[in-house]
Amino acid sequence: MSEGQFKLPMVDNHQSDSCCAGKEGAFDYRNAAEESWVTGQIETAVGPVYRIATILDYRDLLGSFKARWGVGRMGYTVPPGLYAAGNPGQRSPVLVSANYKLSFDSLRRELSGLDLWILVIDTKGINVWCAAGKGTFGTEEVIRMVSATRLPELLSNKTLIMPQLSAPGVTSFEVRRSCGFKVIFGPVRAADISAFLKVGNRADPVMRRTHFGLLDRVVLTPVELTALVKPLAYFTLFLFLLNLASVILAGDIIQPAFLIRQSFSDLVPFLIALLVGAVFVPALLPFIPGRALSWKGLVLGLVWAGIYRGLPGLEAGLLETASYFLIIPAITAFLSMNFTGSTTYTSLSGVVKEMKIALPLIMTAAGLGLIALTLSYFV
Amino acid sequence: MKFRYLKNVVTLKLDQGKCNGCGICTEVCPQQVFTLEGKVSSIADRDACLECGACARNCAPGAISVRAGVGCAYAVLMDMYNIKSRCCGDDCGCSLDGIQC
Repeated sequence: MSEGQFKLPMVDNHQSDSCCAGKEGAFDYRNAAEESWVTGQIETAVGPVYRIATILDYRDLLGSFKARWGVGRMGYTVPPGLYAAGNPGQRSPVLVSANYKLSFDSLRRELSGLDLWILVIDTKGINVWCAAGKGTFGTEEVIRMVSATRLPELLSNKTLIMPQLSAPGVTSFEVRRSCGFKVIFGPVRAADISAFLKVGNRADPVMRRTHFGLLDRVVLTPVELTALVKPLAYFTLFLFLLNLASVILAGDIIQPAFLIRQSFSDLVPFLIALLVGAVFVPALLPFIPGRALSWKGLVLGLVWAGIYRGLPGLEAGLLETASYFLIIPAITAFLSMNFTGSTTYTSLSGVVKEMKIALPLIMTAAGLGLIALTLSYFV
Repeated sequence: MKFRYLKNVVTLKLDQGKCNGCGICTEVCPQQVFTLEGKVSSIADRDACLECGACARNCAPGAISVRAGVGCAYAVLMDMYNIKSRCCGDDCGCSLDGIQC
């Protein structure tokens, strides 16, 4: 965009005479002009407002891909402020969004052909659900942004449509009391926004439900995997040292290439255990028996340990076998338990109960397994 | 398909005497825990509750109470060892990215 300098409604010290009593904090809306997804601006009673593209381009897709893998995920933000889709007027709906770019994009791409406002509030670059849980997508921030963008002057329609999953952080009757805007909780998914608006802001029961389909679960796994690189490196080093020590104790000649090859070969069952816990369990979640996530991990871990031990040509004594059946399920149970943070249906009380039972067992199994593994190199 | 978590663990409580029948709880709950029977809300599927706290926060007469929190093992673990929770902040998978607008 190269419209040059213009006065923006959001960043000056304008004393709003609106009913909103919230403080007008400064926010960095001006930079939005540089964004690839801003296609122009429209003139309004409160000054120019940026219009956004409703079709994602390669930059958005690349950005999403990187964020999924944890690259620059925390800085993947949208400048908070008011935006326009299409040609909204004073009676057009206002959708409220988090300023995590992934959240914003999932909303943006559903807005083709619609005329409405989007109020992006500052959730510190965190998605709706997590921000609502932490209170950053909260009542006060909504009130602050309504005031800061001078929405009451712009609109005759005093209604805000929130994503339903912001409800843990937004008290609808408080928003109304303090700035006169009625809060309507929209559908859970951005994909249903158009249908929701069409029938006069009504969500049917399906729109009100979280879905947690295969794709929803699998897209969450890369971030889990990236967190495992470091522990994996340490474990590989541990196996290398065991191999080295066993060669030295046996009085053999040290051949680095052999030691490295042997260490990576020893790593295989545990490496795959990481994949089982972090990818297979989430993917197969509804098909694995049991309710507790750590239990589901344990089941698949035992299956993998059994398969590995049964591989033709594998030489494994009692100690190796014990180490497989102890360490692998410990890894998979732990990683599966960690997936509770990504699910849409686990409660805090449930997680605490599950951890009280699972964690001591996991630690014990891992400890005994490591002892067995270590001994197996020297016996 | 509805996923089921552990039975009989959640802290959700509803005082039907205080309910004004507004029905906001049936709207904000992502798990369809509540139903409106006549002019009073009731808990239809208690074990489906994920303790997000949306209902209690939006219940004007204060008929609902729940110990709200994030059902995330990583966060609980960090809490247990008194490490400042970075859940949803830095590198934990706590995301739900893209499931919501």
